[in-house]
Amino acid sequence: MTCLETIQAYGLRSIGIGERLLPRSDYTLCQHFTLIGSGLIWNIYFGVLALAFGFVLANALALAKAAQNPWLRKPAEWFIFVFRGSPLFIQFFLAYELLVLLPKAGINVLGITIETAWTTRAWAGALFVLFLNTAAYSAEIFHGALKSVPKGDVEAADAYGITGWPRFRRILWPTMLRLGWPAYTNEAIFLFHATTLVFFSGFPAFQQKGDALYYANFFADKTFNPFIPYPIVGFYFICLTLLLIWVFGLINRRLNRHLPSNLRGRIRLRLQVIR
Amino acid sequence: MFEYCADPSQLSGLSWLSCYLTTGTHFRFYWSFATVLMLLAVTAPVALAFGFGGAMAARSPFLPVSLIGRGYIAAVRGVPDIVYFLFFVIALDQGIEWAKHLFVCDDLGQPVWNGTEFNVCAAAKVPLASSAAIWHSAYAFALAVFTFALVFGAFAANVLYGAMQAVPRAQLETAEAYGMTPRQVFRRVLVPQMWVYALPGLSNLWLILIKATPLLFLLGIQDIVYWARELGSAKTSGNNPYPHGDWRVFYFLGLLVFYLAFTRLSEVVLAGLTQRLSHGQATLGGEQLRKAGA
Repeated sequence: MTCLETIQAYGLRSIGIGERLLPRSDYTLCQHFTLIGSGLIWNIYFGVLALAFGFVLANALALAKAAQNPWLRKPAEWFIFVFRGSPLFIQFFLAYELLVLLPKAGINVLGITIETAWTTRAWAGALFVLFLNTAAYSAEIFHGALKSVPKGDVEAADAYGITGWPRFRRILWPTMLRLGWPAYTNEAIFLFHATTLVFFSGFPAFQQKGDALYYANFFADKTFNPFIPYPIVGFYFICLTLLLIWVFGLINRRLNRHLPSNLRGRIRLRLQVIR
Repeated sequence: MFEYCADPSQLSGLSWLSCYLTTGTHFRFYWSFATVLMLLAVTAPVALAFGFGGAMAARSPFLPVSLIGRGYIAAVRGVPDIVYFLFFVIALDQGIEWAKHLFVCDDLGQPVWNGTEFNVCAAAKVPLASSAAIWHSAYAFALAVFTFALVFGAFAANVLYGAMQAVPRAQLETAEAYGMTPRQVFRRVLVPQMWVYALPGLSNLWLILIKATPLLFLLGIQDIVYWARELGSAKTSGNNPYPHGDWRVFYFLGLLVFYLAFTRLSEVVLAGLTQRLSHGQATLGGEQLRKAGA
């Protein structure tokens, strides 16, 4: 089997396209790279969707946590506390066990049966947990950023008669994003890293359709040689991280474009603020 | 444990629960919490030592040492920590056995890594197949501690490196002006002053370390996650005196509460520590304390 045939057979194996059986012999370098790379599709799927949905919820949560009204503030504080205070690994397990308890036949709401089986699948259940988790971490970042919006900016808005929603949309929100963006970049990187936990935490990989680490673990189990598959995963993730830093750097440039160049915040991986 | 537990099938309600929660396997579950705490207690200082070494190496004026330090710090960037956990547990195990193989085995002609096999002679197995079960678990635990310390040491090195750079230059220059040698400056001025800068990063790291402990499960240790799954799964009356349905969700809920309480407690303690360390420091926090005292 040439490398090109391997790529054709296993390039999309993780989403069920191509060869059904995983390789049983040889375990060439090409198979390693192809299969682990195909697993990366799942990491990107989880990461991108959780980040996109989580961003929206995080903004709402950050505002709720900053609200005066305790009916808004308290639930947001508790949500953030629960998801930031407990390990993601336990959250995955708990969510899976909860979803398994849903009635198998579906829930009957007003004569319409809602299917429940799909919620225990990784693509839905794990995505949901990651979405809530990243929303909590990002909300804490955005809340901190909202608190450090310069007082002068808000006073200037008041002086111009900008109040309420327009003040939030045009003054507070862009500044909040700008201030929180470096930390949010970090959160995005660690969210992508966290996606590797999915298939090790209760959620089964149906028909051996797993993520990058799942296939790396598969190879390491088969060949008893950890020195090839795990560095390949590492390589893929370093590439993914660099790509993320680049994309988030572009957004950061846009958020800071009105500032003189010496005041612009540069994005760098700040390990002090990891999740 | 209690006398009335002799025949569980006759019990109901609270007395059943009290018997159920005091079975031998449950006590092993409770002990596994001690395993987690022990891992934290051992790993934290070791990781700090690794971090200190890494930060000192990265600051070294001698280029190769500095490169090693920086390389160590950079290696944890960009790669998920779980990859390291899965990797090091096998890699360390194989590395140790391979080293022992070179010394104790007679037949060195055979390649150790051969296709899909890893072969060392029986005498080179660590621990030996004949040794007691406790050594097997102790060995697994030691590997886990080392792996955790290696990964978190790199994070700590990054934090400490930043903290060492953050100590005001004037403080070090004053010490030099008093005629202290570089080693004295490092020991008497830099290290005592850096902790207040390092503490936010280290507190964060401690919380991350707590939240990484369930990964012990992946390293094959019988930790709280293992026992929660084991005890929670449905038990039939045939093989178990305490039959019940699938209770894993309750066990995991218990673990969730344990971790929440633990992280919350840590946060409170660390906030107090920050307060203490800020005394007399040339920082905003120290200034606030000075004003409050005056």
